[in-house]
Amino acid sequence: MQKIFGRLQSRVLRSSTNGAAFIIRQESSSATPAPKFAATSKEFRARQVRFNIKNDHMQGRPLYLDAQATTPMDPRVLDAMMPFLTNLFGNPHSRTHAYGWETEQAVEKGREQIAQLIGADPKEIIFTSGATESNNIAVKGVARFYGTKKKHVITTQTEHKCVLDSCRALENEGYKVTYLPVQENGIVDLKQLEATITPETSLVSIMTVNNEIGVKQPVKEIGELCRARKVFFHTDAAQAVGKIPVDVNAMNIDLMSISGHKIYGPKGVGALYVRRRPRVRLEPIQSGGGQERGLRSGTVPAPLAVGIGAAAELARQEMDYDKKWVDFLSNRLLKRITSALPHVIRNGDPEQTYSGCLNLSFAYVEGESLLMALKDVALSSGSACTSASLEPSYVLRAIGTDEDLAHSSIRFGIGRFTTVEEVDYTADKCIKHVERLREMSPLWEMVQEGIDIKTIQWSQH
Amino acid sequence: MSTRRQAITLYRNLLREAEKLPSYNFRMYAARKIRDTFRANRTINDFEEIDRQVANAKQNLDLIRRQVIIGHLYTADKLVIEHKKTLRPDC
Repeated sequence: MQKIFGRLQSRVLRSSTNGAAFIIRQESSSATPAPKFAATSKEFRARQVRFNIKNDHMQGRPLYLDAQATTPMDPRVLDAMMPFLTNLFGNPHSRTHAYGWETEQAVEKGREQIAQLIGADPKEIIFTSGATESNNIAVKGVARFYGTKKKHVITTQTEHKCVLDSCRALENEGYKVTYLPVQENGIVDLKQLEATITPETSLVSIMTVNNEIGVKQPVKEIGELCRARKVFFHTDAAQAVGKIPVDVNAMNIDLMSISGHKIYGPKGVGALYVRRRPRVRLEPIQSGGGQERGLRSGTVPAPLAVGIGAAAELARQEMDYDKKWVDFLSNRLLKRITSALPHVIRNGDPEQTYSGCLNLSFAYVEGESLLMALKDVALSSGSACTSASLEPSYVLRAIGTDEDLAHSSIRFGIGRFTTVEEVDYTADKCIKHVERLREMSPLWEMVQEGIDIKTIQWSQH
Repeated sequence: MSTRRQAITLYRNLLREAEKLPSYNFRMYAARKIRDTFRANRTINDFEEIDRQVANAKQNLDLIRRQVIIGHLYTADKLVIEHKKTLRPDC
């Protein structure tokens, strides 16, 4: 887009100089001196060049501010994994030799570390390939197992795509699915949830922390409600585990999805918590050797299991330390941006939120152009899964964000390894480019003149 | 060696070693973490606890040494802000 802009500009400039030259030639016979035109042309050029960022070339890799998409692996996690990526290569399910025993021991340690983080029993943890698989197993597995008697599942409109898609698949199989709307702050209405639960309902699936707007759902209250109504409660806690305190017993959670690479662990591994007392039963999706209590067949990847375990252990030890740091950086970023720029809207509840996920809408600026301009900062307008499409985020639409604001949103993801320098650089760049893009925008000009954009009737030609 | 001297030596070695981490983010985090942990543990009087923390620090020192080696084996370009200081200050 920048290229096109640059090209357009050069065309404009070229035609203008030609024009000037032409005029000069014509009037050369008269007494008007030529320098006057040269000056206007220079002025014109200066005005045009002001918006041009073609020469703003930066050396080096972009900064990483997309901690919701994935996080870098902590060196301490890599250190724990290395032996299992090199010499200790045994299959953890081999019971006949030492190679199997040593890896099995390490896998069980990883399981214990995850269990400790969420206050569960190690036997209740199942290793999967990631939170997507965990969500699939939980939603489809529970619904199908209890499907003969109960054919109703409840979820929300702001869930991750993998939960929504699993529910869509269930709908095709003849299940009834309720997609609960959320309030304007992104939080589900408990009364509405209670009213939606019927004797037919087998499962309620609501995420703990939203991946796009960072809103925390009242998981404890939902858990209580579900327990009282004897409905299983699944929560997608990929963005929450290790960042906010989660306790499956205190919160009455029956199933919980965990992802490795969102907690500074390795990619390609996740975990599913499945409660044993009262027992939650589910139909496995994958058939095979019956590993992981028969719920997820397939060899457990020992290095990855060790890695997610080490990451969970670190997250447990450093939760307070990380929280303080992330809160500090998040406030700094928000304050710096909002004190410099008017018309910046924070999406989602400002209180019930995980501060490491900051979703801001810059009114009168198109989000994609801003992302393009901020090419030396790795940012996203929403979830990574949908970042290829130009559609506005369905999460923002679900919380009632206007179409234009939904198009202008950017998500800042702050994590353990983000530095003050990075935050300041991002904020300054952001301010600079929002101002630049707004100055180019006719809408912004109209707003400055006091015209309410919403009252304009745009005619279509 | 007194525990105080031992702790100070460890602290210096850790910081010196962390400085060698090639990744900007890991380097900054390590320095911050080492400084904050030593500062928070300064008031510990219990000898057993001190021994535990010292052993922990020694383990972490070895860990950082290994990670420095790995980091140097697979380096990536420097980040924008690492380059920035040598470039024009206005952008």
